Amino acid sequence: MTRILKYMKEYGAMIALVIALLFVQAFCDLALPQYTSDIIDTGIQNKGIEHVMPEKIVPEEFEYAKLFMKEDEQNKWDKSYTKKNNVYKRNKFSEDELDEYDSLFAMPLITNSQMSQVPKDEFKKQLAEQMNVKPEDVTDEMIDGFAAKIGWKVNYNKKTEEKDGKKQTTYYVDMRGMFKNLIGSGAMKQENLIDIRDKMEENFKTMEDSFIKSTAISYTISASKMADVDVDKIQTRYLWIAGFKMIVMALLMSGSAVFAGFFASKIGAAVGMNLRGKIFKKVINFSDAEMNKFSTASLITRSTNDIQQIQMVITMLLRMVAYAPIVGIGGVLKVIQTGAGMSWIIVLAVISVLMLVIILMMLAMPKFKVMQKLVDKVNLVSREILTGLLVIRAFGREKTEEERFDDANKNLTKAMLFTNRVMSVMMPGMMLIMNGISILIVWVAAGRIDTGSMQVGTMTAFITYTMQIIMAFLMLTMMSVMLPRAAVSAERIEEVLNKEITIYDDKDAEVLGRKDNTVVFNDVSFKYPGAEDNVLEHISFTAEPGKTTAIIGSTGSGKSTLINLIPRFYDVSEGSITVGGKDIRNVSIESLRDLIGYVPQKAVLFSGTIASNLRYGRSDATDDEIIEAAQISQSEEFIEGKKAKYDTHISQGGTNVSGGQKQRLSIARAIAKKPEIYIFDDSFSALDFKTDAVLRKALSKKTKNSTVIIVAQRISTILNADQIIVLDGGKIAGIGTHKDLLDNCEVYRQIAKSQLSEAELGISEDNGKEGK
Amino acid sequence: MSEGMNNGSPRRRGPHGPGGKMAPGEKPKDFKRSVSKLKNYIGKYMAAIVVVMIFAICSTVFNVVGPKTLGSATTTLSKGLMSKIRGTGSIDFEKIGRILLIVLILYVASSLFNFIQGWIMTGITQKVCYSLRKDISEKINRMPMKYFESRTYGEVLSRITNDIDTLGQGLNQSITQIITSVTTLIGVLVMMLSISPLMTLIALVTLPISVGLISLVVKKSQRYFKTQQEYLGHINGLVEETYSGHNVVQAFNREKAVVEEFNKTNSVLYESAWKSQFLSGMMQPIMMFVGNLGYAAVALAGGFLTIKGTIAVGDIQAFVQYVRQFSQPIQQLAQVTNIMQSMAAAAERVFEFLEEEEEVQVIDNPTELDNVKGDVTFNHVSFGYKENQTIIKDFSADIKAGQKVAIVGPTGAGKTTIVKLLMRFYDVNSGSVMLDGHDIRTFNRRELRDDFGMVLQDTWLFKGTIMENIRYGRPDATDEEVIEAAKAAHADKFIRTLPGGYQMELNEEASNVSQGQKQLLTIARAILADSSVMILDEATSSVDTRTEVLIQKAMDNLMKGRTSFVIAHRLSTIRDADLILCMKDGDIVEQGNHKELLARGGFYADLYNSQFAQA
Repeated sequence: MTRILKYMKEYGAMIALVIALLFVQAFCDLALPQYTSDIIDTGIQNKGIEHVMPEKIVPEEFEYAKLFMKEDEQNKWDKSYTKKNNVYKRNKFSEDELDEYDSLFAMPLITNSQMSQVPKDEFKKQLAEQMNVKPEDVTDEMIDGFAAKIGWKVNYNKKTEEKDGKKQTTYYVDMRGMFKNLIGSGAMKQENLIDIRDKMEENFKTMEDSFIKSTAISYTISASKMADVDVDKIQTRYLWIAGFKMIVMALLMSGSAVFAGFFASKIGAAVGMNLRGKIFKKVINFSDAEMNKFSTASLITRSTNDIQQIQMVITMLLRMVAYAPIVGIGGVLKVIQTGAGMSWIIVLAVISVLMLVIILMMLAMPKFKVMQKLVDKVNLVSREILTGLLVIRAFGREKTEEERFDDANKNLTKAMLFTNRVMSVMMPGMMLIMNGISILIVWVAAGRIDTGSMQVGTMTAFITYTMQIIMAFLMLTMMSVMLPRAAVSAERIEEVLNKEITIYDDKDAEVLGRKDNTVVFNDVSFKYPGAEDNVLEHISFTAEPGKTTAIIGSTGSGKSTLINLIPRFYDVSEGSITVGGKDIRNVSIESLRDLIGYVPQKAVLFSGTIASNLRYGRSDATDDEIIEAAQISQSEEFIEGKKAKYDTHISQGGTNVSGGQKQRLSIARAIAKKPEIYIFDDSFSALDFKTDAVLRKALSKKTKNSTVIIVAQRISTILNADQIIVLDGGKIAGIGTHKDLLDNCEVYRQIAKSQLSEAELGISEDNGKEGK
Repeated sequence: MSEGMNNGSPRRRGPHGPGGKMAPGEKPKDFKRSVSKLKNYIGKYMAAIVVVMIFAICSTVFNVVGPKTLGSATTTLSKGLMSKIRGTGSIDFEKIGRILLIVLILYVASSLFNFIQGWIMTGITQKVCYSLRKDISEKINRMPMKYFESRTYGEVLSRITNDIDTLGQGLNQSITQIITSVTTLIGVLVMMLSISPLMTLIALVTLPISVGLISLVVKKSQRYFKTQQEYLGHINGLVEETYSGHNVVQAFNREKAVVEEFNKTNSVLYESAWKSQFLSGMMQPIMMFVGNLGYAAVALAGGFLTIKGTIAVGDIQAFVQYVRQFSQPIQQLAQVTNIMQSMAAAAERVFEFLEEEEEVQVIDNPTELDNVKGDVTFNHVSFGYKENQTIIKDFSADIKAGQKVAIVGPTGAGKTTIVKLLMRFYDVNSGSVMLDGHDIRTFNRRELRDDFGMVLQDTWLFKGTIMENIRYGRPDATDEEVIEAAKAAHADKFIRTLPGGYQMELNEEASNVSQGQKQLLTIARAILADSSVMILDEATSSVDTRTEVLIQKAMDNLMKGRTSFVIAHRLSTIRDADLILCMKDGDIVEQGNHKELLARGGFYADLYNSQFAQA
């Protein structure tokens, strides 16, 4: 994890930008529910009216409202309106002032509104109390009589409501006219009305401000309508503005998400590119010791898949992991802000989600781990069947193999079935938790709405925030599965980057000249890094220009190791190797390798053309030189046989030419380099006897002044070498010509015998050399 | 949610870049055909699939009805609230409770159905994958060798693992997802219509916008995905080639040039990597925005409709939720088509393989010989690997039981062709090959092959004990017989020095025994099989001299009294062979014994003498 962060360090500014953008995104993401609930709460429920004080009000209502106000309130009320054309118009106020008046006038207006429509039954009850009769006995005539007495006219408002499928008509009475007349006649004091208001305020005490406000606004709406205010127009306007705000918010959110994605992708890809470049450059300069420490296959995976993994995780990290806590914490803050006091539901939700994920992971994880092994097993068996097709058929063992495959197949299927089934609980489980939580919220919120401590819109917002918090948690859980894998990748990459390269140029390294071509081994011993025993012990010999030095010995005798010391793929452990009299550890590696024409045991070609491969050692080689090299290496015939000749495409790893052709091209490549020292590491064994012989003959003309060192398996290849070094168990068992060695080297004699008949070796005198 | 779950689907061919979901899936050549084939394959699970479909539909329907019902709870709530304000009533908790209970039941049922269908579908998928893998493994054994020579193992292997995996993943997701998405789409549409046709119309307007935007993004990003894949391939190739040719790169001082080339490719990769990543990442925010746009439009429309009083507040809330649900199935359908494409492409490859030509397994009235002497006759044999490319022209030879035949020739001359013809890995174009006077085509392959023993240079051993590996030659051999064979193959001695002796497990690559030891084990296996005709491929390199002597001795033991065909690399083998076949460019150019051929002074004499030529 820290490693991954380390890789991202140099992109600090960009990352800060991404995080800033994520904050914007999270802010919008969290604000959006407020905007959407505004549309419903204010826009639809409150008809788009935001403040309690009506914009316009008819004089009658203007006066009625004052009935329920205290004196200072009445003053403010009067000052707030200007009469014009028989309508009171609200003066201009700032939003803050309007907000202040909202709480000031809410209760008077609510009381006013309540008194304007008292259900007839309630009205009768109050009247009955005053007249000292039973409410049932109050007749319409009695009401009219009472009204006439105080100079008031009763108006009944009829309202029809549907309740449980039945239509119900209720009559309402506007009692305010009565109050006004009673106060006017002195039969009632205004304080009595304030008492009513106080009583009502007591009722609303438990209610939230916003509830009181929206209750007041429901009066405001009807008052505005009475004053011929086009409420629908206000609502339409409000909805348009709110909708527009919401879209701007949404655009801002999506926009910042897009930009965050832009930078995150750039950072991820850049980290990937840099790591890839770094690791490649590092590996290229590895010596064989480091190469072998890691193995080529592992280095390839580290340079490709592991880096890809990191790149992906970084992008994800920047876009989702960084976002989750921002939104999560923001969501929690918002929830606290709503004051809904239902935070325990969120805790419950998060815990249930975590429980579900943890339980499922605990069930599936062990099987997931086994599964990779089972997949490998199926792969292994299939591979064995395919590679052994010939043998299986030859021995008629098809059935056994099918059974073997079936076993692996069954085991894999079982494991897959288990994990997939466990995982199939995930989706429905998650849905159930989320839906269940929504239901729980509605149920709990219903109670709170009833007590007035919550509004419907707040509830909807609460649901949204909760879902966001759950999702954030879910995202983090998912990432916690991914991160360990990336951490492993990072570690593997780091291992390579931190590996010290053991072979490098000295600061004051000498440069070798072209004529420095005598190779001398001075009592050289060598052991592989970390190994206990020497692979080579006390090797001393001199390979001179114009002469061929051959090295022969059984597998594991150290032949290849020996010659790999010359181009410094490894450094000697003891003793020294000199080229042109200079210790190769003190000369520049580049100048040393410039002298050497190296042909490896396993021919390696690179993608490109035949010509580009032949020019690999010397890019300025002329066409003639290339053709000459091809001729010597016996490649000309097959090159000419190809359609595109020297421009024939060579695919990656040279897979489109045969083994023998590859080997010949690899020899030609070394020849074209015009080296002073030739090193052939068992380069002729892939060739048939004839080609081998012809090639060596042609080569000998070219190498008259060069030092030639050949490692060989076949005696016939080295029969005519100037000096043959016989290696046995890392030590020199004999040095000399073929004839010398046959006479006095037992190891050499054994090798020779296993390959050539005695007659061919010239041991039995009577037959001579048949071939000659 | 579902996206998060689906991302893990592994894809074919090499490491894929991030955001695989948007990467261009492989396209099948004939989508319909491979899907209908797949249909046949899952035919026997039809009943179960119908159940899955019904359950998926039920689950979806319940899930769709849920919000509407929950919405009515909200409506009841706000109505109750209103009447409370007016003082005419209160919130009807009983009713709300009832509604919520119904919603809860709906959701629980939905999840349950969803879970059950997932459970069944997983079972079906895994069974289909299992039998497909089984069929492929059995198919391999019935196919002619020819097929495998023109293909890499990796190609066949990837059908068994990757393709079937892709197919399984696709199958598991696509059926359910299509059903769920379509049902959701229809359900949501119906619900929306039932609330307000006008608002539905408004919601639908956003559809072409999102489809248009998505296809634009997809089109743009696919281009970069392709470049990314291509350059990822290039860079992986370069890395592989450079690392495996590491010594050569250094020996030729090419480090700087290679790094330069790498950096060039790397920066192209960088460009396409971030662009594809960025563009595919744009999808989500765009969809989010279009979703919000739809939401706003619907909320506004809802507001205007309430002015007219044609719609209740709760209905708007429900409708708004449906709008949110509306875009999801469309996204899913787009995703599913991508999954289906790669599934069909994978299925196509699998079925292509299963439909390959097979060898005739059993013939009527086969020749059955109890004791094969080992006379082998080639009678005017013509043969070519490719139809109109005859490489062996009119070859005749008569080999008596117990004789030794050496096959020589330069690398790539086709020395193994004769062996393959003998064992009927291939059939002759004209003429005939006879064993004890019977045309080998009249045998059942199995029985014919029982008469041949084989030791190849390319030693094939499997992961298992040494005992098991030797016994492979004859499954009913006793332990004593196995040890006896190992002794005859000069393998007993080294086996006993190994940890565990005969019970030592060979590992995957059989790299815990040396190449030479492997060879000895395969010889022991052939000795145990005790066939009357032996086919041997001599070891060349990578065996140390002492083991080489042992192998030679073991092979001599093996050939004793048997007709043997030796692919020769060693002069000693050639010289005492009863018949030498010289091969060049696939054809047999000369035949005779050592003396005759030398005397002729032709190809063989040339080949033989060349090795003593003075360098």
